[in-house]
Amino acid sequence: MNQLMGQFSHPDSDAVPALECRNVGRTFMIKKGIFAEKQPLKAVQDVSLQVNRGEVLAIVGESGCGKTTLAKMLLGLLEPTTGEILLDGEPINSVSIKDIARKVQPVFQDPYSSLNPRKTIEQIISLPLKVHEIGSQASRRARVEEYMRLVGLPKRLIHSYPNQLSGGQRQRVAIARALIMEPKIIVCDEPTSALDVSVQAHILNLLQDLREELNLTYAFISHDLAVVEHLADWVAVMYLGRLIEFGKAVNIFNDPKHPYTRALLDSVLTPDASLGLPEITLGRGLPNPLTPPSGCYFHPRCPEASDQCSAEQPALIKNENRLIECHLYG
Amino acid sequence: MPDAIQSRDIEDQVDEFEVAVPSPPELMKRRAKSHRGFIIGGSVVIFFLLVAVFAPVLAPFDPYDQDLTRRLIPPVWDAAKGTWEHPFGTDALGRDYLTRLMYGAQISLMIGFFAAAVSAIVGSCIGMIGGYFGGRIDNFVMYLINVKLALPGLLVALSLVSVFGGSILALILILSFLFWDRYAVVTRSVTQQIRVNDYITAAQALGTSRTRIIISEVLPNVMNQIIVIASLEMAVAIIVEAALSFLGLGVQPPTPSWGLLLSEGRSYMFFMPYLINFPGLAIFFLVISINMMGDGIRDITAPEGRN
Repeated sequence: MNQLMGQFSHPDSDAVPALECRNVGRTFMIKKGIFAEKQPLKAVQDVSLQVNRGEVLAIVGESGCGKTTLAKMLLGLLEPTTGEILLDGEPINSVSIKDIARKVQPVFQDPYSSLNPRKTIEQIISLPLKVHEIGSQASRRARVEEYMRLVGLPKRLIHSYPNQLSGGQRQRVAIARALIMEPKIIVCDEPTSALDVSVQAHILNLLQDLREELNLTYAFISHDLAVVEHLADWVAVMYLGRLIEFGKAVNIFNDPKHPYTRALLDSVLTPDASLGLPEITLGRGLPNPLTPPSGCYFHPRCPEASDQCSAEQPALIKNENRLIECHLYG
Repeated sequence: MPDAIQSRDIEDQVDEFEVAVPSPPELMKRRAKSHRGFIIGGSVVIFFLLVAVFAPVLAPFDPYDQDLTRRLIPPVWDAAKGTWEHPFGTDALGRDYLTRLMYGAQISLMIGFFAAAVSAIVGSCIGMIGGYFGGRIDNFVMYLINVKLALPGLLVALSLVSVFGGSILALILILSFLFWDRYAVVTRSVTQQIRVNDYITAAQALGTSRTRIIISEVLPNVMNQIIVIASLEMAVAIIVEAALSFLGLGVQPPTPSWGLLLSEGRSYMFFMPYLINFPGLAIFFLVISINMMGDGIRDITAPEGRN
């Protein structure tokens, strides 16, 4: 597996990847009813990824495919039940959550719930410094102002409360809070999907600029493929907790191979209304992750499924310029 | 941070002119001033507070000084017998009624405030811990709350008073024991709503300790509810204290508690109604103004009204 991943590294492949997942899995034990036995729910299974410093990794997939669970593991909020996550080559579970926090910070989807309504902008942005006991009151203040300028927030908002800010401004506050610890990696969990379209563009450009200026690495979780295409260097497609296709964004977008990736890309709405709604080639809804289908998890919805697909689970293999988990390319 | 960062285009350029923005306490003050209920309730509470604090200076007599030659003098507006020496009259033992009412405010406010405060601290700690951690800890908290709810409050208070006596400290602790559950129920459910917010996850992702998350992220959001409940419970505590004293199980004579004054005046109710009316009115006005003030505090601190 890791040899497979190795073939994707940069020319200067000596560099340790900023973020690496090795066969990461997370199983929740779910209890239905008082007397029922606990059942395992495999939210994430056997995911291996890596991303180098300064690059953007996009993790895409439909709701319930394990994106957010993966993000929580990257932040150190959940421990993987199998496999390990490495930051700069160091396993994440060997360091304390405070040390992880200095390297990885989150930006969340909903800027209305990610800011404490009872705190001023200054209090919100300076919280990381306070928790980590960095600097004096005055130096924290100066640093908050510096980062407000960095993310494009007017200084006069420093004493405001979140409810006095627009959605875009709130998301800038969330970004400033994530950046003030000078982390190397930002985990963005759908950072634009709660914003309206014009504001989305501002925030995406801001993220893009910050990445160049601060040499940040992004793990960008999204189901908005237009956003992913705009930002990402690498794309990982997940389905029901499994990584099914991983490669350079250009390759995946120009030539999607896995039937699920193709269906995802086809489902993007076009601005041209005369084309109507896109034709979705997928049957049925997402299967119950408590009782996943036999063989390939995707076969019940796959238009090209064969007998082999329902019988045996495909392995993740290298195919030309990407990794893919599908019998069609076996 | 790299030096090369140029200042980004700021969303609007108002910043250049340094607009004077009122600070949060300033805003709070403005809103307090425009809230009529808060002003009225607060003034009455402050009036009672001042009377209680300065009772030794303001009161014309000693509250324990008996003078049997001056028994049951009616208030000053009683044309036949009223005198300005005892504007609110005297009681059955010839003690100045105004003085006793003033000292009674001390007892009522002290018991009301401390009972509400102690039960607020205990109840909201229990509630926030249950709501934040969930699972078994929450089950245990719910068990405690249910046990408390199953107890008949006043009866338990009566039996506890008869065991521990009617000292002011004992009364405060017993009343706190009666009232903590309401805080626990409310803070628990509010905490459950709060803990799923992303700002809690963000604080967790910083490595913030759980105690710190509860105190600095959850508590400010629950404070509103706590203050409103505290104001109601303070009022109830004052009434319950009066009720216990009225039944002879609270503050012991000759301490001038309003409840005790009611109890002592009961036998003269039909001939000297002022003995009942004054302490009754005092309790009524204190309780209603505390409630008005509590409502006002809630309105003023609510984030929805900050704009």
